Formats: sequence, C-alpha cells, structure tokens
Amino acid sequence: MEDLKMDDEEALCAETWLRPSSGNSIRQPNQPSFTNFTLSNDQPEWEDPSLLDYGVRIGTSFSKYSFAPDQDGQSLQSNNSNSKRGEVNQQINEVLKIGKAQDWDPRAMLNNLSFLEQKIHQLQDLVHLIVSRKDQILQQSDELAMQQQQLITADLTSIIVQLISTAGSLLPSVKHNLTGPTAMAIGKHRHISEILCNSGLGLDATNISESHGMGPNVANQVEPTGDTAPSHHPLDEPELKEEDDADEGENLPPGSYEILQLEKEEILAPHTHFCTICGKGFKRDANLRMHMRGHGDEYKTPEALAKPNKGNSSEAMLLKRYSCPFAGCKRNKDHKKFQPLKTILCVKNHYKRTHCDKSYICSRCNTKKFSVIADLKTHEKHCGKDKWLCSCGTTFSRKDKLFGHIALFQGHTPAIPLEESRGVEGLLEQGETTGGEKNRIDQSINFSFNTESHNGSRVQNIMDMKGSIDDPSSYLSPINYDSFNEFSRAAFDDPDGGFSFLIPGSCNYGQKNGGQSCYSDL
Amino acid sequence: MKKQKTVHHGQQQQLEVQLDNPFELLAEEIVFLILDFLEGNPLDKKSFSLVCKSFHSIERSHRSALRPLRLERLPKILSRYPNAERLDLTLCPRVTDASLSAISSSCGPVLRSIDLSRSRFFSGSGLSRMVAECRNLVEIDLSNATDLRDAGVAVLAAAKNLERLWLRRCKLITDMGVGCIAVGCRKLKLLSLKWCLGVGDLGVELVAVKCNDIRTLDLSYLPISSKCLPSILKLQYLEDLILEGCFGLDNDSLAALEHGCKSLKTLDISSCQNISHVGLSSFLSGTECLKQLTLAHGSPVTAPLATSLKKLFMLQSLKLDGCSVTCSGLKAIGNSCGSLRELSLSKCPGVTDEGFSFLVARQKQLKKLDITCCRRITDFSIDHLTSSCKGLTSLRMESCSLVSKEAFILIGQRCTSLEELDLTDNEVDDEGLKSIGRCSRLTVLKLGICLNFTDKGLSCIGGSCSKLVELDLYRSAGISDSGILAIACSCTNLEMINTSYCNGITDTALIALSKCPRLTTVECRGVPHITSLGLAAIAIGCKQLARLDVKKCSMIDDAGMIPLAHFSQNLQQINLSYTSVTDVGLLSLTSISCLHNITILHHNGLTPSGLAAALLSCGGLAKVKLHVTFKTSLPQALLVHLEARGCVFHWRDKAFQAELDPKSWKLKLEDILP
Repeated sequence: MEDLKMDDEEALCAETWLRPSSGNSIRQPNQPSFTNFTLSNDQPEWEDPSLLDYGVRIGTSFSKYSFAPDQDGQSLQSNNSNSKRGEVNQQINEVLKIGKAQDWDPRAMLNNLSFLEQKIHQLQDLVHLIVSRKDQILQQSDELAMQQQQLITADLTSIIVQLISTAGSLLPSVKHNLTGPTAMAIGKHRHISEILCNSGLGLDATNISESHGMGPNVANQVEPTGDTAPSHHPLDEPELKEEDDADEGENLPPGSYEILQLEKEEILAPHTHFCTICGKGFKRDANLRMHMRGHGDEYKTPEALAKPNKGNSSEAMLLKRYSCPFAGCKRNKDHKKFQPLKTILCVKNHYKRTHCDKSYICSRCNTKKFSVIADLKTHEKHCGKDKWLCSCGTTFSRKDKLFGHIALFQGHTPAIPLEESRGVEGLLEQGETTGGEKNRIDQSINFSFNTESHNGSRVQNIMDMKGSIDDPSSYLSPINYDSFNEFSRAAFDDPDGGFSFLIPGSCNYGQKNGGQSCYSDL
Repeated sequence: MKKQKTVHHGQQQQLEVQLDNPFELLAEEIVFLILDFLEGNPLDKKSFSLVCKSFHSIERSHRSALRPLRLERLPKILSRYPNAERLDLTLCPRVTDASLSAISSSCGPVLRSIDLSRSRFFSGSGLSRMVAECRNLVEIDLSNATDLRDAGVAVLAAAKNLERLWLRRCKLITDMGVGCIAVGCRKLKLLSLKWCLGVGDLGVELVAVKCNDIRTLDLSYLPISSKCLPSILKLQYLEDLILEGCFGLDNDSLAALEHGCKSLKTLDISSCQNISHVGLSSFLSGTECLKQLTLAHGSPVTAPLATSLKKLFMLQSLKLDGCSVTCSGLKAIGNSCGSLRELSLSKCPGVTDEGFSFLVARQKQLKKLDITCCRRITDFSIDHLTSSCKGLTSLRMESCSLVSKEAFILIGQRCTSLEELDLTDNEVDDEGLKSIGRCSRLTVLKLGICLNFTDKGLSCIGGSCSKLVELDLYRSAGISDSGILAIACSCTNLEMINTSYCNGITDTALIALSKCPRLTTVECRGVPHITSLGLAAIAIGCKQLARLDVKKCSMIDDAGMIPLAHFSQNLQQINLSYTSVTDVGLLSLTSISCLHNITILHHNGLTPSGLAAALLSCGGLAKVKLHVTFKTSLPQALLVHLEARGCVFHWRDKAFQAELDPKSWKLKLEDILP
C-alpha cells in the first residue's frame, strides 16, 4: 500500500492537469498498468488478479476517506462529460459508502462487479470524448480549453476513484481494515471535495488544520499491508543524497528513540504551519506567530510569541527519529535494516528525492531533473560547466570523477566533446569505432524526446495515459531496457538518462507552477 | 621457359634440365628459407624476383615486410605483395587519410603492423577506416602525429587486437584520448606516451586499470604525479617501466607507495630530480626481480642511495649517467649490488680512483662499462679495472684525459674479450694499439681525436681484428693511406668508417675501402686530397652505401656524382657542402630513388633553376639543408609544393671556415673545456 502511494505521487507530479491535492484518489488508474507491465508483460486488464491485489490495497487506503459527511444519494449514472463538480464529490461518497458499508457477501460482490462494468463503460466514453476533443482544443483559446480540460479531468478522476474503491471492496479479507480511523479521513475527504468544488482558490482552513492536526502520531496508525511488491524503480537508488546517508553510522539501539512517521501529504505540503483564523499557511512557526499578531492583541503577548516547545525542553525528551512512509524503503521503520532519518527536513528531502517525480527541470540543459528545488538551484549554479562526458551520457563537472566512473564501469569510455571531433569527418559513420560518438547521438535523441514531452499539450498527456492503460507495449518497459546494448544500459542506470521514458507524459509541472501555485492552479 | 623445354624434349633431357635448375627440385618452403638470407641488400631480392616467373611469384608471396619509398606507388606495391603484414611508412612523410584508406582496403585483415611515425598529415577518419578494416592490427606507431587530437586517437579504441602502440610526441592528446584507447584496446602490451604532454595521472591510471596485459609502459616526460603509480605497480605483467623526466614524482608521494611491482625487470627513472634515496628505496621495495635500473641525471649517488639497491638481488645493469657521485656512494654500490654486468658512469662528476677502484674490485662480473668523461680517474683505476674485470666486452672511456698511454697496454693485455672499445680523445699510442690488437673479437673501435698513434698502430689492429664493423678515426692526425689499407684488406666486414679530417688520406685509401662490400657509412669530411676517382671506386665497390659525407672535400666534383648515381642505389643521405659539385652532379643524383636527405651549403656552381630541377625530380626528399640565399632565389611556389610533398627545408647562413690542423684544433677544444 505504501509503495503504491509513492507511485501515486509520481503520477501526481506527472500529470499537472490533475490537481495534486486531489491526486490521492485520482492517480490510481495509471498505477496498476504501470506496475503491471513492469513486473509482467501481460495485457493489463482490470480483472487481472495482480491488479485486483493492488485494487484491494488501494481500497483499504482509500477507506480512510470513506466517511462521507454529506451524501445526497444522487444517481451514479448522472456522471457524464459535463457533470458538475459537486456531483463528483457525491459520487465519490457514494462509492466509498459502497466500499465500506456492507460486510462481505457474494451478492454484494456481484453488485460491485456490475457497477465496475458500468464505470468502465463510462470511462471508455469519457476517453473517447477526450480523443474527439483533442482537435478542437487545439483550436480553442487557451482559457476555454483549460476549463474544459478541468471538467473532463474531474470526471475522469471521479470515475477512476469509484472503480478503484469498488474493486477494493471485492476482497473480503480487507474488511477489518475498513474500520480504520475515520476521523482524519473526514478531513481528508472534505479536503478533496472542497478543492474539487472551489475551483482551487483557497484552502479550507478547518480542513487543512484538521488534516494537519493528524500529526505524526496519527500517521503511525497507517500500517503497510505487508507483502507489497517493491515497485519503485531502481533508478531512484543513485539519487540518494548525502543528507539521507548522513546518519548512516549513527547506530542508535532500537527503542532508544521515538519513531515518527509523517504521512506523505504532510511531507509534500508546502506549508506546515497554518493560521487557525484565516488559514494562511507558513513554512515556519515563527512566521506564523508573527502573522498571528495581526489577528488581535491576545497574540501579541510574549507567551504567544515565545517558542511553543521551550517549556517542554526541561523534561527529558525521548530522542526523535523519523521514518519514511514509503514501504520497502530503507528509511521505513519496517525495513530490515531500518535507518531512521534525523529531522523533518531530512524526511522531506529524502521523500521528495527518492519517492517523488523529479519535476524541476534545469532550464539551461533541459536534462537534469530534481524533486527538491534547492537541488535544482545548486545544479544551476554549475550547469553547463559539466564538460566531462562519458559515452553513457553522464556528465561530470570534474575530470577525475569521469575517470573514476569509467574505471568502474565496463564498456564506458570518455566521450570527446563534439566541437573537437567535428573536424574529423566520417567519424560518425564508423559507428562501432566510437561508441562514445554514437551514444551521444542516442543521448541527444533522448533529450529531444524529453523536451517534447515537456512542451507537449495536455491532450497529449491524456493520450499518453490512455496508451499506458490500453497498450503497455507502446511504452518502453524496463524489460526492453535490459535488452539494450551496454551503453543504453548505462543510460538506464543513470537517473536522468532514461527516466523520462518510464513515466508517461512526464511532467510539464515545471518550476513555473511548482510549490504553492499548484493549489491555485485550477 | 624451363617448362616449355620439358614439354618439347624427351624424358632424359627433362631430367638434365632439372639437374641444371636445382630450384625445380626444392619445395617452396625451402626457397623461402633461402630467400630469408637475402637480407643485406634490398636490391638482392629485386634481382631474385627478376630471375623467372616462379621466383617472382615466390618472392611476391613471401615478402611480409614493406618499406615503400614513395607513397604514390603504394597501391601497386600493395597489390604485388598480398601478404604484407608489416608496413613501414617512415620514408613517406606525407601519408594522408586517402592513403590510409587505400592501405586499409587493399591490405585488410592481413596487415598486422604499421609505422606512421614520420607523418602527421592523416587524421582520425583515416585511422578509423584503417582500424575498422585491418582488424588484425597488432602494432601501430603514431609517433610525431603532432596534429592529432583526442578525437583522432580515440578511434584506435576499435583496434581490439592492438598490442603495441607508440604515441610519442603526440602533444595534443589528453587523458580523454588515452582513456578511449585504454577502454578499447584491452590487449595492449606496450604503450609509449613519451612527450604526450597533455596526458596526466588520470589517463595513465585508466590505462593501468583497463589494460592488464601491459608489459612495457613508457611515460617519459609526462606531467604525472605518483597518484597513478599504485595502479601501475599493480599491473601483473609489467616488466619495463620508463619514467624518465617525470618531474612530478617526489619523495613524499613515493613514500606512500605500499607495494612494488614484482614482475618489473627494467626501471628507468632518469632525470627525476625530485627523487632521492628516500623515495627510491620505497619505490624499490617489492621489486625484487629488477634487472636494470637507470637513475641517470638524477639526485647524487650517495651511500644511502646505493644501499637502497641492496634489496635488488637480480640487478644486473645500473646506469648512473650524469649523476654526481661520491666516493662513498661508489663504494656502497660495490658492496650492495650482487653482481653487476653493466655499469654506466658516463659524465659522472666525482668518480675518483679511490671509489672506482673499490667498485670494480667488487664487481668482477662486469661486462659493459661506460666511464665516458670521468676525467679524474688515472692509470690506477684502469689497472684495477683490467685486473678485476677480465670479462669486459664493452669499454667506453672517451675523454679520460688523465689516463696515460701505458694504461691502454694493460687494457689490451688483460681484457681480451673486448668487443667494443671507445678511446675517443685519449692518449693511446701505437704501443697501446698493438696491445689492443689482441682483442680479436673487437667489432667497434673509436679512435677519434687520438693524435698519438700512427699507421703502425692501426696496421696492428687491421692485422688481428678482422671482425671490425665500425672504425672511427675522426681527426686522427697520424693516419695515412697505409693504415687504412691495412684495415681495408683484413676487415672486410667493415660497415662504417669515419676518416674525417685525416689529412693524410688520398684516393688510394678509398679505393682500398671499396673492397669492403658491406660498407654503408662513409664519412670523410675535410679530407682535401680525395677526388671523384676515389668516390667512384667507393660507389662501384660498396653497393650498400647509404650515408656519405664528403663535406669540404673540395676536389670532389660532378664526375664523382655520376658513378654514385649509377651504382649507389641505396644511398639515403649525402652531404655535399663545400665540394665542387654543381647543378649537373646534383641532377644526376636524383636518379637515386631512396635519397631523402641532402645537405648542400655552398652556392658556387649551383643555380636556382638547377637546384629547383634537382629538388623537383628527387621525389623522396624529406630533409634538405641549403644556403639561405636560395630561400629567396628559389620560386616560392616550388618550396610550397615540396613542403606539401613532405620535404622539410633547413636554411643555413654559415660562412666557410678554413680547417685548423688537428693539433691546434684539439688545443682549441681544450681551451673551451672547463
């Protein structure tokens, strides 16, 4: 379940046309097909048992949100391409209720199955619509196109959510989990629906505070369901930064510290401190307290302005360490060789770097991608100075690093910069003579592919997604990668080289709408 | 012809014919073996192949090494010799990409070795075609390709079978190019990166990491530090390591080395001035198999340095040329080295009788000794040397000025195994030479600037040293025709003779020398009495003559050039400065196809147009030294054309100097010396 969430995150970032805040429910459809063709090359049908397995897990995770406060029982059939946003909300509730309410009996299951069938038809219709609209949208003005896009998106989202949650309720074994904590789910769910309704303008203060109030301890209740296949990609591994590994040698005896685990929503939230009065978010508590002074004199007292945990510091605090919510991760507390993260900042950076899509693209090289904006800024400082190039496409700012890399990997060879080799005519014809040369061309093709997907229209993205559901072979699967020659395998090892292939329609979620702005995007 | 005969005549006659031509009975392999003996004169093989068609085809299929004189005939040559494995293009200075692609398409996988060390007009594309088509290339010499960049040498990475690669003086290549080669050519056994000034630690280290079969590594004058040494010393088969002039190596970094290379046999760390005994002893720890160590022009040879050699049980050869040497250092060498076979102390200041005599008394196994310019040693040392090292085969003692003439008698009496003796600038006299005459195995004898001996002494040498190959009589004033006559009569193996500035020599001597058929090098500068007649005799008699220097022989004129042009088809290098040769003689020389080096510094009798015609028709010219006046009088376009053909011009503006007699010349020389 946990790893699934991670992949959700990836999908979230990959598809800006979905609202990230609501992504939790929306992102599911992409996932199963993705994992499916990663692990096996079967046709991804929804009835596939492995998929069902995923569906179950999704269902359970979703069950937290299933307590619907306001349900007015509208027909599920009313869902068509032009449905109102409110309906979406209700539909979700409806579905969730189905998922949660009944105990397991075959008849209910039959109902669910027919419901699934219905939904799949709806989904098909919708996708057809999207396809037919593709041309129109191109002609329409951007604003109008955007609005329609959002509508369709919302529809798609809701249907998919229903599909998944219903599918999840098919398995009897998860019943006991369905009685999971509902208190926070309320907040969450409201949060989602709220945003769906209020075209994303502001944040509902109460919702936010509620979901925020859930805190690390509450988050601990979310337990992984066990045998989660680690579907997260080996590509992520080399990206582990020194910050993650900083406490490698810490060796605290287990139990000597308290393990806290934040939810991924919390980790990814741009603000961690919110004003209880107006809902404004802040990154630092101090800034919040400064802000609070504007709400009245009672917030101007020294006690109100003082650091809240100063008083607590006297009592012997148990050492705090953090766990990554991503199951299977070495930083997750259930990992055999669990290595805790020291601070919340470490958690945030670790989670973003390791389990999130790299959505910040360097504007200079258009190649390097980062999930932490600070990393991007660091990179941009020396981007373009990386003149030491390996045949695998990896660049190095230092020559000795390049040579260390080449000494380590079989078949890699230094790539002579193009300016120099340009004088040597006919060099490129001799493909086998210079693997480096040839590979650089591969690399440039690779790059151009990336840029295309960055600039690609949203419709294109939707098409991509459809492709990933219908026809996995339309994408390069990792298996294909393995059969490549050694040079492109190298590209595969390199996080920046081949990553964009694996995530369909990877991210036009660039810097321009990174951070907070994604909330008010729609 | 023979076959036709056998068809037309009867059985009996056929047998007779076959007996007349024993080659008919021989298997092809045996003829190949016979052919292998025709090595001396390149023209012999030509004659062989002209005998008959079958000989022609035998020679065609047997020849495996080619050294073409002209590039433009290369396609024909390559189609004639389909089994050419080795291609030496050192005489073709203008090898371009086009020629390389012609070579690669006609040789293909047959080609195993190519030497491009004299050309720099090809680029990476030609090379890449070559390594793609000649898959079995094992040896490539790209030295002096000074325009070749990383991209150019990187294509060599495709030569997967490459075992030996020379990249000397490829100044523009860097670690990147060398890195590509290291990754691609994993079978490399020999790599020379001498003077590749752009290559540093990283490239060398990568070579050591990737090419594990390396036996010989030449890193001379590279800007490397000891950072790359650990990986080099880990090479399992490394036998020969040359680190000459690596100034980046110093004691501190060498001290950090943990283990030596067990397989290392030869180590050259000459001119590494920052390495003293401290660094050396840590470098040498673990290299027990070392047989040859060169520490020339390095830090002073003191007792601690010599003691650090104690660990090297196998050491046979030690070269300390140009190092300042202390007495205690020499004594310590004598004590700590097991049994040296070869020792070089040439130009070592500080070699004294005390230290040297102690050393040679301990090292009785010495075979080769070089004490050139050890000006402080006397007869005392020579006495100890000759009494202790009786097996000496090579003794070089140029300019040991304190050694008296008596000492040379000792040398002759005691060291009768001598094969090489350099007595240049010494006091040796007729008595000494008479004694040295007992060294019947002598092949190289240098008696330059020895003013004290005469024809009498030389006759003694000639009488007994019949194996003499090289004789240097430069400025030996006491020599006349009779001495040379004695040599020429008995030493028929003579290949090189230098009689420069021996005023007593006339044509008679040259005519006598023409009986030495193996003579390849004749230097007789400044011999005023020799004429074209003598030269003609040499030309007719010495078919293998390759180098001729008749500078300042004013009696030599065009008449000498015509027989030279006719008979000396192997002549490569000629110096005609200040002779009476004119346009006519020069033009006749142009028929010598392998002539590639001409020096004519005078301008009397030469006209620009005659010179231009000569230069144009002499297709193989690589180097021409001319008087500076011709630089302006020759048409500029002609010079450009010749340079494009690969010819290099040297312009000199030196006034003619009248010769001093040898005695006053030597006095002048001693004035110059400190």
